[in-house]
Amino acid sequence: MIRKLGGGVLFLLVVVILYLVLAVLDFETAQAGFTAFLRLLAGILPVLGIVFSLIFVSNLLLDSRTLVRYLGREAGKRGWLIAVVAGVLSAGPIYLWFPLLSDLQEKGMRPALIAVFLYNRAVKIPLLPVMILYFGLKTVVILTLYMVLFSLLNGYIVEHILQARSKT
Amino acid sequence: MDSERLRDAGKSLLNNLKMSIPILLGVLLLVGLVNTAVPRAFFTRIFTGSLLLDPFIGAIFGGVAAGNPLTSYVIGGELLKNGISLVAVLAFIVSWVTVGTVQLPAESLMLGRRFALLRNAVSFLMAVLLALATVATLEIV
Repeated sequence: MIRKLGGGVLFLLVVVILYLVLAVLDFETAQAGFTAFLRLLAGILPVLGIVFSLIFVSNLLLDSRTLVRYLGREAGKRGWLIAVVAGVLSAGPIYLWFPLLSDLQEKGMRPALIAVFLYNRAVKIPLLPVMILYFGLKTVVILTLYMVLFSLLNGYIVEHILQARSKT
Repeated sequence: MDSERLRDAGKSLLNNLKMSIPILLGVLLLVGLVNTAVPRAFFTRIFTGSLLLDPFIGAIFGGVAAGNPLTSYVIGGELLKNGISLVAVLAFIVSWVTVGTVQLPAESLMLGRRFALLRNAVSFLMAVLLALATVATLEIV
């Protein structure tokens, strides 16, 4: 039964049960949490539309061979650059991008570049003015540069450890 | 455009939707709950004043918290005003966007458990190192 439902449905079921238990114990918090959920859902719908359109287009235009050339092991420096730029430019919450990345992973995108993409989502260009307001220009410039540098290191380490473990 | 290719792409998208939608809904419900259950003022009470310990505390709570990064900047600004060290605050805001405890189940289901655990663990340590490197560089330049 559990296997039939699939991990995703099971996960949702667990969260719904958590809400139900909370509603019994503290109805107001559960209600406020659900209201926040509805607000979040309404906010992400446009980005979700973009992500699923991208998945459709990538299914249509990118076969595994093409993808591996740009984001696989043979992509070289170009692949790292694409992952950094795409990560910085991608909008919306991080979890919205998991379905697309899962799709690209199946087609051959290397783990290092997935990690680099996800890390670079920390660089939020539209929010930089607010960040400067709170932390100052110098701090934000240095922090942003380090974020990009550390993203490459992050990708390298994650992939290196994954490979080392799969060999043992 | 080849109609067979269109059909295959549509079928693949449908499969992806079937897998992703329950996971995304679960994550959104969790994020809604965390945002509601953890008030902003809570974050000003968790730091100890220790220069060594506070960056780790910042990275832990940044990784557990969820929501718009803008919120982390506002909280970070409040923390600085309350005398929390810049290293701790930077570790907090970096971890907020690079470590995702709430969305870890979703990341595990879609990208693989080993990848998700490892990526989050490495990102957690890097949040502390990045904060240290930024502050150290600020002192030099």
